[in-house]
Amino acid sequence: MRTDVLLFVTTFFASAVEAVEALTIVLAVGVVRGWRSTLVGVGAATIALAAIVAVLGPALRLIPIETLRFVVGALLLAFGLQWLRKAVLRAGGYKPMHDEAAAFEREREEAGAASRGAARMDWYSFTATFKGVFLEGLEVIFIVITFGSAQGRLGLTTAAAAAAVVLVVAVGIVVRGPLERVPENSLKFAVGVLLTSFGIFWGGEGVGVEWPGSDLAILAIVGFIGLVSFVLTGRLRRRRLAVTPAEGHA
Amino acid sequence: MRYVKSFGLFWWNYVVGDDWRVAVGLAVALALTWLLTQHGVNAWWLLPVAVALLLIGSVRREAREE
Repeated sequence: MRTDVLLFVTTFFASAVEAVEALTIVLAVGVVRGWRSTLVGVGAATIALAAIVAVLGPALRLIPIETLRFVVGALLLAFGLQWLRKAVLRAGGYKPMHDEAAAFEREREEAGAASRGAARMDWYSFTATFKGVFLEGLEVIFIVITFGSAQGRLGLTTAAAAAAVVLVVAVGIVVRGPLERVPENSLKFAVGVLLTSFGIFWGGEGVGVEWPGSDLAILAIVGFIGLVSFVLTGRLRRRRLAVTPAEGHA
Repeated sequence: MRYVKSFGLFWWNYVVGDDWRVAVGLAVALALTWLLTQHGVNAWWLLPVAVALLLIGSVRREAREE
């Protein structure tokens, strides 16, 4: 039960972060260049993503669960650790914070500057939204499939991702602007800790580890990785503060 | 060809990302854990410790380079 809740929460927030990024692109392009080609791009990307799910889903059932857990754990560990590394560097002041308002403005300027051409179909809008939705959607699919298949709870992770996407899109339609109020950087930090922890758990099981306390070990791993990340962030912040005044005098 | 290249790039970014040393370190940690479990040692502690050290090392390296 605890694992299910953790699985749902992790998938929900990881998917929400990706959905916010995709929606920022769609809204920026749609506002500046019109909605017709933008929505065609979103539709085409959704069909392409559905085709990938249709191919990957049945193929996963043919792979033995131990092999699946090892592959999923190793991939998740590599992906989660990158995510966490960037989040720690951001929180420590060594990387600029991800700013959805700035991303929205950047996309809007790029969309406005691109030439429109005489054709009825606006290929800039189509390509920009197709790429944005396809790439972010691909990440959501990987999160859903890796989490769901390793624990045999594909239905649960699909529901979590769907709930996240529906919520983000609903909020996006209501505010019709970038989702800047979503605390994206804090979310990324938490998701990085969770992805890395699940990666350790499944990667470990895949190479033959028997975790003390079975599934409860996930909570201990989350606590340990969270603590390491917090301490590391604190040290980075102090170091940043110590370096900044010295630079000011130079 | 362009699509094959971007597909490869996607996977490179997904698995390796900004710091290839982390990816290599993870592969070594997983291989070591597998070796130990094959010899009857339940090395559950190895992966969490390795991941913590890799994270600290990678973050410190990037902070120093700035």
